[in-house]
Amino acid sequence: MPRLGMVIDVNKCTGCYSCFLACRDEYCGNDYSPYSAPQPFSGHFWMRLRQQERGQFPKVKVAYIPVPCQHCEDAPCQAAAPDQAIYRRPDGIVMIDPAKAAGQQAVVTACPYGAIFWNPELHLPQKCTFCAHLLDRGWKAPRCVEACPTGALVFGDLDDPQSEPAMLQTSSRLEALHPEYSTQPKVLYVGLPKRFIAGEVVLADQEDECAVGVKVTLVGEAGEQLTTTDNYGDFEFEGLSDAGEYAVKVAPGGYAPVELRVRTETDVNLGTIRLHRTP
Amino acid sequence: MSEQVFTSCTNAGPISVYVKDGKVIRIRPLVAEESDFTPWTIMAGGKRYSPPKKFALSPYVHAERQRLYSEDRLKHPLKRVDFDPRGDRHPETRGKSPYERISWDQALDLVAGEIKRIQDLYGPAAVTAMTSSHHNWGVVGYKVGPFQRFFNMIGYTQVLDNPDSWEGWHWGATHAYGFYWRLGMPEQYDLLEDALQNAEMIVFWSNDPDSTRGIYTGQDSAIWRTWLKEKGVKMVFIDPFHNYTAAAMEGKWIAPRIGTDAALALAIAFVWLSENSYDQEYVTTRTVGFGEFRKYLLGESDGVPKTPQWAAQECGLPARLIKALAREWASKRTVLSAGARGGEGGACRQAFGTEWARLMVLLQAMQGLGKPGVSIWGTTMGAPNNTSVWFPGYADPDGRLSSTRVAKNRMVNPVKQRLYRLTLPDAILNPPVSWRGEGFCGQSLEQQFTENVYPMPGYPEVRMFYRYGGSFMGTMADTSKWVRMYQSPKLEFVVNQDCWRGGETNFADIILPACTSLERDDIGEWGTAGGYTQHASSGCNHRVIVRLQKCIDPLYESKSDYEIFSRLAARLGREEEFTEGKTALDWAKALFEISDLPKYISWDEFNRKGYFLVPIPEDYQSTPSLRWFYEGRECDTPDLGNPKRLTPDGKELGTYSGKIEFVAQSLLTHLPDDEERPPLPHYLQSWEGHRSGLAEKYPLQLLTPHPRFSFHTHYDTHTPWLNDIPEHRLKKEGYAWWPVRLNPADAAARGIKDGDLVKIYNDRGAVLCIARITERLRPGIVHSYSSSAKYDPVEPGKAEAMDRGGCVNLLTSSRMISRNAPGMAPNSCLVEISRWGE
Repeated sequence: MPRLGMVIDVNKCTGCYSCFLACRDEYCGNDYSPYSAPQPFSGHFWMRLRQQERGQFPKVKVAYIPVPCQHCEDAPCQAAAPDQAIYRRPDGIVMIDPAKAAGQQAVVTACPYGAIFWNPELHLPQKCTFCAHLLDRGWKAPRCVEACPTGALVFGDLDDPQSEPAMLQTSSRLEALHPEYSTQPKVLYVGLPKRFIAGEVVLADQEDECAVGVKVTLVGEAGEQLTTTDNYGDFEFEGLSDAGEYAVKVAPGGYAPVELRVRTETDVNLGTIRLHRTP
Repeated sequence: MSEQVFTSCTNAGPISVYVKDGKVIRIRPLVAEESDFTPWTIMAGGKRYSPPKKFALSPYVHAERQRLYSEDRLKHPLKRVDFDPRGDRHPETRGKSPYERISWDQALDLVAGEIKRIQDLYGPAAVTAMTSSHHNWGVVGYKVGPFQRFFNMIGYTQVLDNPDSWEGWHWGATHAYGFYWRLGMPEQYDLLEDALQNAEMIVFWSNDPDSTRGIYTGQDSAIWRTWLKEKGVKMVFIDPFHNYTAAAMEGKWIAPRIGTDAALALAIAFVWLSENSYDQEYVTTRTVGFGEFRKYLLGESDGVPKTPQWAAQECGLPARLIKALAREWASKRTVLSAGARGGEGGACRQAFGTEWARLMVLLQAMQGLGKPGVSIWGTTMGAPNNTSVWFPGYADPDGRLSSTRVAKNRMVNPVKQRLYRLTLPDAILNPPVSWRGEGFCGQSLEQQFTENVYPMPGYPEVRMFYRYGGSFMGTMADTSKWVRMYQSPKLEFVVNQDCWRGGETNFADIILPACTSLERDDIGEWGTAGGYTQHASSGCNHRVIVRLQKCIDPLYESKSDYEIFSRLAARLGREEEFTEGKTALDWAKALFEISDLPKYISWDEFNRKGYFLVPIPEDYQSTPSLRWFYEGRECDTPDLGNPKRLTPDGKELGTYSGKIEFVAQSLLTHLPDDEERPPLPHYLQSWEGHRSGLAEKYPLQLLTPHPRFSFHTHYDTHTPWLNDIPEHRLKKEGYAWWPVRLNPADAAARGIKDGDLVKIYNDRGAVLCIARITERLRPGIVHSYSSSAKYDPVEPGKAEAMDRGGCVNLLTSSRMISRNAPGMAPNSCLVEISRWGE
């Protein structure tokens, strides 16, 4: 029996919203009972895209994080729904029974991922079904996966070592989105954004040239990291922890060293760090 | 009734359409049999690159079902209540007077009657008609199908399109390297392979291919850029906005002031010159005029050396950054990606945009354009492509119902008078108008220099305007002029034929409801235009020709364009002449028969199956663009439009010298004293830029690129699902507002917070938008996409009224790129923004 899940590569997601629109096309106005009742024409995001803008001009990054239902193995929605109105199929897909779940508005808030939506016309909670009605007809993957132009969404049997998601499990660092929810999600991510500290080093007596190859040290709780400025005088430390405390040290020979204390509540562009010659 | 599956094609990808009980319930990317795919393989760096066996649509095509059933569909023929063809016509209330439903017979009798009356009274040229740039897909039903066949048949004043996608490349770059048959775009053959195998760096200059998507080829190229990123190809983005491709690729972002790109280009060339980091042999053997360019760079001709320090003042970038960019560019095999089809980009649609475009060619010339890894490539075309299988595109004579050899009667417009799209309102309101060139000047360099005037001697002014599809309020320049034009008594009669209510619909006297391509039969190849964008299907991972099958009957009382024009022709006594007894499907079949498809598949099989995937031959030979020129060989690419190809001059480019020209011989010959587009490209300060006097009153530069979630005006507003995408529109107080993006500093200075409603304004107009604060913008620049499909003036019918729909083009200037280059320049626009009161 397969254990169906998804691996989402944030590095490949371009924020095109094809997944979101394909989901709307499949479900709006279409009744697939007993799998799912029609999605309303507006207001639901069974596949939601989170956009995260990072940094400050001109050192900016943008991460797009597709968030479908995580089809958790320890699903709080399932626990919150009486009478098995929310159940797990043998293949691992978590389903809301459109008949039994009628009126159960509380399950909407039970989901910490915000993946359940209330349908005010049908008085029904609704969410992503991994297109179970299509999979049962022989489709290989849900609509969102089919629509994705870059292969950022990968779907399959997490227990089959030959499946795409399983192969990514062995080759990449996968993580859960919000592991602190402890729900055992079956949607795993590559490339979830962490924090970066970036900047540009300029030698004040050589303003007209980029300061190439200058060593920059980052000191944090996990120890020290070293990098050197690139051909633009830029440096970057990526993959840092959120709300961490760091010190950035730049000390090329012949110049007064600079040390900056940084907290990573957000991604940080330190801007231009000017170094002055020691007299 | 059970589920039926039909095939069709849009202007952004082929689709399978699922119909149940006469209703479309699902639209997905075309489902083709796996065995029909013959994916190509590119070997690069010891890796095999092959595309997945699928079609990546543009995102909005996934919402096609909603657009089909949109509330904005025009349902019935309508007549403007204030319009009485036998009495008072009240042109002054166009834009605000209500409509009443009439029958098709009444509508067509009226339209035919007006055509007869006006052509009898004034002459055939008194009728003018105009389509939008893009349309539902399919060769038979395309804008140059029934529309053009009908109007060529009756004779009319044709409106020439300005080469909007290409402006600076069309009027400028052609004089550097030819390619006028591609309107200034360079050939793109096999440049994907070249980039994967050879490129070390890509400079994206005014290019957001992830959003503009190679025009028609959907998102098939998105995976290519993912490959290049994973391969470690360095990427640099030069754009005042950190665009969506920059976000996806995570390269180096360089944000110059709008209007200063040519200065940046000159400074780069200066660095190469002074550091000897350019291909001197190539410059000597493959170009002419470098000596003068050198003098200009060094300041020997005008006393201003084009140093990085000089450019820094203009661009607002540190000199060291410019130097570092120049050095890295020269030290690596660098691809220049200066627009979706190689060249294009918003920077070519601004004051003196010709100069930037020309300098793009000249910069790559200095690095050996055509050398492995040194190309001008949009990153959206150039996959391995079997060009030996021919199928007509809409820009091929055979792909147009007026001129196709499939027609017994080819229709040639007997009227010689022309109008020019950019000056159409001026032509009606304040004739005469004059302009240079014949719109898309694909025949020669000289075609650009021709002088034209309206009215043409011996011809009448136009009295009737038949508007077909689209909404120029969101896409042309200084568009409040269009309101005034419509209200002019000069225009005795106005028709609008469209599928959806758009920005211009409510200015018509008669509205005719047309149906979409899902409601009629047709045939078409994905991504192909033919003509001036030959072999555009190389932007598709798999070439596919589709039988656009009629999925449902036309909704409400809508009719196909072919049907509408056939009935009009009948009322003019010319039905047989127009239709030749053929149905639309007959025309589609006839086009199939003249293509190469019958060699591979029968009509019956194609008709039933719905598609044909063009196979890539096992022994496919790649011919990278301009490699032949670099190596001093004859052109070996399939570039059909190149007039020197397969001739004794086959080694030459389409310039007078046959080489890349730093000093354009064509300009030297025809317009040597044009200071605004001189034979040698110059940096000229924008006539509406950061140094203009106007900047004191309107200090913000408005950037209006092509939108990401609509295709020009298609899909916007008619497809409410898009209003749930915050990057497209944002809902507030029950309205879906068009965003304008500001940098936090500019917003704070004006007390504007994220999500506030704001007024963008200048002396030309005012538009209400919703503010989005972002770090992805250079301070001093504001960003709002062009192409809002919703024109929603707070006072309908009043030209100066503020618009709520998001038509920021109301703010742009109608001044053209330069005196002799009649291209649009919407990106030279100064505005101010303020919070809109609660």
